[in-house]
Amino acid sequence: MDTQIAISGFLALYIFMLAAFSGWVIIGRVPAILHTPLMSGSNFVHGIVVVGGLYALLNASSVREQMIGFIAVLLGAGNVAGGYAVTDRMLAMFQPSGHKPVHAKSRQTKSHHPKKG
Amino acid sequence: MLHAIPQLTIAAIDLAAAFLFMYGLWRMSSPVTAPSGIFVAGVGMLVAILASFLYVFGVSAATRPYLTANIGLAVVALGLGGGASWWSGRKVAMTSMPQMVALYNAMGGGAAGAIAAIELLGNKAQGATQLVVTLIGALIGAVSLSGSLVAWAKLDGVINKPLRVKGQQFFNGLVMLVTLSIGAYIAFVATGDADRLTAMPGLIYLFFGCALLFGILMTLPIGGADMPVVISSFNAFTGLAVGFEGFVLQNPALMIAGMVVGAAGLLLTLLMAKAMNRSVSNVLFTNFGAVAKHKPSNIKGSLKPTDAGDAGIAMRYASKVIIVPGYGLAVAQGQQKLYEFVKMLQAAGVGVKFAVHPVAGRMPGQMDVLLAEAGVPYDLIFQLEDINDEFSSTDVALIIGANDVVNPAARTDKSSPIFGMPILNADKAKKVYVVKRGEGKGYAGIANALFYGDNCNMVYGDAQAVLVKMIEAVRGLGLAVAA
Repeated sequence: MDTQIAISGFLALYIFMLAAFSGWVIIGRVPAILHTPLMSGSNFVHGIVVVGGLYALLNASSVREQMIGFIAVLLGAGNVAGGYAVTDRMLAMFQPSGHKPVHAKSRQTKSHHPKKG
Repeated sequence: MLHAIPQLTIAAIDLAAAFLFMYGLWRMSSPVTAPSGIFVAGVGMLVAILASFLYVFGVSAATRPYLTANIGLAVVALGLGGGASWWSGRKVAMTSMPQMVALYNAMGGGAAGAIAAIELLGNKAQGATQLVVTLIGALIGAVSLSGSLVAWAKLDGVINKPLRVKGQQFFNGLVMLVTLSIGAYIAFVATGDADRLTAMPGLIYLFFGCALLFGILMTLPIGGADMPVVISSFNAFTGLAVGFEGFVLQNPALMIAGMVVGAAGLLLTLLMAKAMNRSVSNVLFTNFGAVAKHKPSNIKGSLKPTDAGDAGIAMRYASKVIIVPGYGLAVAQGQQKLYEFVKMLQAAGVGVKFAVHPVAGRMPGQMDVLLAEAGVPYDLIFQLEDINDEFSSTDVALIIGANDVVNPAARTDKSSPIFGMPILNADKAKKVYVVKRGEGKGYAGIANALFYGDNCNMVYGDAQAVLVKMIEAVRGLGLAVAA
């Protein structure tokens, strides 16, 4: 990617350091109850590799590069779509008390002030 | 400078995407905001992928004859890979979530490895730094690909026994050494003379082959109970590989996203290892699981079986019940029945809470998801450190399908392999019921003194069948009172 300013070695280290630190702080806030969706969600985020795959494939200038690039995009797209699908599904299941789940018949009286909007 | 516009657009959109990823993960800090968090991250991903097609405006002359085919291939790959994964992700059972995540993780690692392969084979890395980073990213990506696939096979039951042979660690170390040597040789030769890289595709293939082999060998000996740590660490590996390839492609969005995931994976890995009282290197590089039969010296008392119905009625007349679900509950598919029983108790005025151990399940937090799927509200689910003090003031602790995570030997018996592991103090409850298939031991193969305690009764049977009996008993009680 021929951006005007190249990311040299030390600049890269700064980016890596700040990103790793931010990631550590952000992830540290996530409660243990959400650790599975967190993991599939972060799994989804590293699916951004598909963008790198697209760059490689679109710039392919030989059949070999097309083949490997195709695999990169195929796998990256799978990573993205699957990660999103499962995370979204799981997060929709977490409901507070008083919320009536679709599949289970609740005997409780309905809460008068549901927390979730 | 008209040709700069697509590039600037890509750069701006990638920047926005990186922000949306971080913001999306930030919103994961509560079950209330989390669904919008993944949506926000999804929007970022979608625009980043669409913007990538603007790369067609910046291709070199050598690429032009291939460009139409490239675009077609890209669309087909996106549709095929995305479609198949979306479909599988929508229909997969929640109990199979760990192997699904392992599979998606393998895909990410494979994609990073493939990008590195193109860079290496096409001799595109500029300078020694980029070359070395490409190689490191390739190594980590390939290990993550094959390792995650083995983890998937283990979780899915395709491979059902940890494979251990004598001298395995030595052999694994040797494979790693060979891989690193080839990598170093490639870097050394290609730094001196750039054209040499294109002349040695065989060596590059060998490098990838060795890295893939190492991923397989490294994961094969790891036992089922250690999977939470393994999945977390491969997630971190893939993140790192993506971050490194992002540097090679000079794409900061990949660098940031990869590194954030790397940090997340590392954090979860450490948490899981801590919850199992083991060091990460101990899980990944030594062979636990095949622990020698440990003879507990000081277990007194006997196992006292009781009837499921009696246990159910005892809980109906308790005022405070804490339920400790373990993976055995999920194996018996008993979550729905459990929540049905809990709702009956609640209707009778019993205060019920769920206590979840960090390693209940095959990946971090899996038990929470399984309970949520059954309809259990998240405000009834408590984590170890939040609820452990409450057991002593609890009338009944109901343990279903859990064993090692409530073994008091972790607190008291210095010679026990699980000594020091944080456990749920279920033994401190006034009365303990343990629902178990039989008298077998837990994953660690250690006898559980809790089961022999004076305050403990065993309810043998399939978790789901036992819960049905408990529900019937309590329901029968209600009918008797009404009559």
